[in-house]
Amino acid sequence: MNLYAIKAIYTFEMARWWRTALQSVVSPVVSTSLYFVVFGAAIGSRIDSVEGVSYGAFIVPGLIMLSLLQQSISNASFGIYFPKFSGTIYEILSAPISHVETVIAYVGAAATKSVILSLIMLATAGFFVDLTIAHPVWMVVFLILTATTFSLIGFIIGIWADGFEKLQLFPLLIVTPLAFLGGTFYSITMLPPVWQTISLFNPVVYLVSGFRWSFYGVADVDIVVSLGMTLGFLAAALTVVTWMFRTGYKLRT
Amino acid sequence: MNMHVETAQPAVSISNLSKTYDTGFEALKSVNLDIRKGEIFALLGPNGAGKTTLIGSVCGLVNPTSGTILVNGHDVIEEFRKTRAVIGLVPQELTGERYETVWDNVSFTRGLFGKPRNDALVEKILKDLSLWDKRKERVITLSGGMKRRVLIAKAMSHQPAILFLDEPTAGVDVELRRDMWRVVRDLKESGVTIILTTHYIEEAEEMADRIGIISNGEIILVEEKNELMAKLGKKDLTIELQDPIATLPEHLVSLGLRLEREGTQLVHSYDTQAERTGIASLMAAVSAEGLRIRDLSTSQSSLEDIFIGLLRDRT
Ligand SMILES: Nc1ncnc2c1ncn2[C@@H]1O[C@H](COP(=O)(O)OP(=O)(O)OP(=O)(O)O)[C@@H](O)[C@H]1O
Ligand SMILES: [Mg+2]
Repeated sequence: MNLYAIKAIYTFEMARWWRTALQSVVSPVVSTSLYFVVFGAAIGSRIDSVEGVSYGAFIVPGLIMLSLLQQSISNASFGIYFPKFSGTIYEILSAPISHVETVIAYVGAAATKSVILSLIMLATAGFFVDLTIAHPVWMVVFLILTATTFSLIGFIIGIWADGFEKLQLFPLLIVTPLAFLGGTFYSITMLPPVWQTISLFNPVVYLVSGFRWSFYGVADVDIVVSLGMTLGFLAAALTVVTWMFRTGYKLRT
Repeated sequence: MNMHVETAQPAVSISNLSKTYDTGFEALKSVNLDIRKGEIFALLGPNGAGKTTLIGSVCGLVNPTSGTILVNGHDVIEEFRKTRAVIGLVPQELTGERYETVWDNVSFTRGLFGKPRNDALVEKILKDLSLWDKRKERVITLSGGMKRRVLIAKAMSHQPAILFLDEPTAGVDVELRRDMWRVVRDLKESGVTIILTTHYIEEAEEMADRIGIISNGEIILVEEKNELMAKLGKKDLTIELQDPIATLPEHLVSLGLRLEREGTQLVHSYDTQAERTGIASLMAAVSAEGLRIRDLSTSQSSLEDIFIGLLRDRT
């Protein structure tokens, strides 16, 4: 293991992030607060509670999950796309560093950033609603697993993309809609039966449900299924990354 | 003391290397080339000849289509950790983490190549390259020549035994070029093997121990610089006349003399390797025509002439 290389990339990526802390930390916090004001206070006051949880508190896990998915993908995709775009990728390719190490460093940094952001958002949410976290350890496990999976997806997108538009395409057209339809703001049990079934094809449902369970002990789908699905997504993402590296896909000419 | 005979393993050994890009373009055609330990090897060739592709194949940027490359006896694909750890690369394009400082850029590369942090070394490298004053500046704010130095500093930061410089002096002013030549010579002194590409022939002439010429993806010649100059070199003998003449006597034309500089100079090109240069009889013939000689000089043709000659011969 070239630990120095992993450390070099990881700290470099984190430093880049801190330097732009204003935009990378403040803007998600502001947008979360807005969600709370709009959904929690304005609309939530008209909704009693969902499965025994006040609406304002109910949406916290979903909101955090939404931002975790978006942040993981955008951090990781920019992290690897930027060196490709600027040409500095030559250094990574010519260094004595394996694919596994490259992934650990880039995906690790991206996942760390989005986990930190999630915790900041959680703290922000604490100002608006009364939070209880029934299973804190599981909460962290879900955070880390999901952050890693979606950072891997971001990494894949970053390697695949050959322009900034493509970088935005997947999050905008797929991830955000799935997140909104995946029970971020509602419990899928509130939907008509047909839509409940359709929702089960939405991966985000399992992520949000499991994460919400770690807060309130209530879930749309069985927690074991959630965990299994979450691990399944991670395995799928790892498979694609492995395949990309095996074939040298779009990295080496 | 042991006397070592020159049987040392090459620093880089390339055999039958071919590269066909996805576009179907064949950039390298079964290239064979050995780089000796400790030498400065200059790779010359016109735009698109395949120099950067060749370097990229050794350094891990290009997937060779076929052939093998050994670095210190290790395969660059199978044993990439061993080979890449000893290679430094200064790329042709000016890149760099533009928003980071010079210091961070250089330290980053060192870590990437698996070396522990060493501030004293980074400081020395930056000072050697006159970058010390700029260490806290972001790369984006530097001039092109300074960016080039940063790339060299990055490549040196992990103390490679083999250094590839892809056109290190492209777009660099004369002073900076001399600076770089000095840096490269110092590196050679310390035992580093250096492979450089350049379009400036005087650079190869000035620096290289050996010269390779590549054209259309094929190595067409590899030669000791001195031998190359001597073997292919032509000399010009210039005879300055006391009084200009309007036309050259027929007899002198037949001996291969040309009239230049408005009739004030007679020039004769000859091959230094030839059995007989014929200079003595030439001089006799000139005086026999009654021409008075003011001065004599000879000049050796440059690598550039050789280079152009070689490429012309092939087309
Ligand atoms: N990624 C690529 N895809 C397709 N063709 C390529 C690629 N990279 C290089 N080539 C082609 O391969 C040939 C060799 O390119 P290379 O960059 O190795 O030349 P070079 O000798 O370094 O030229 P220069 O002196 O201009 O730097 C060129 O014709 C180039 O167009
Ligand atoms: Mg080139």
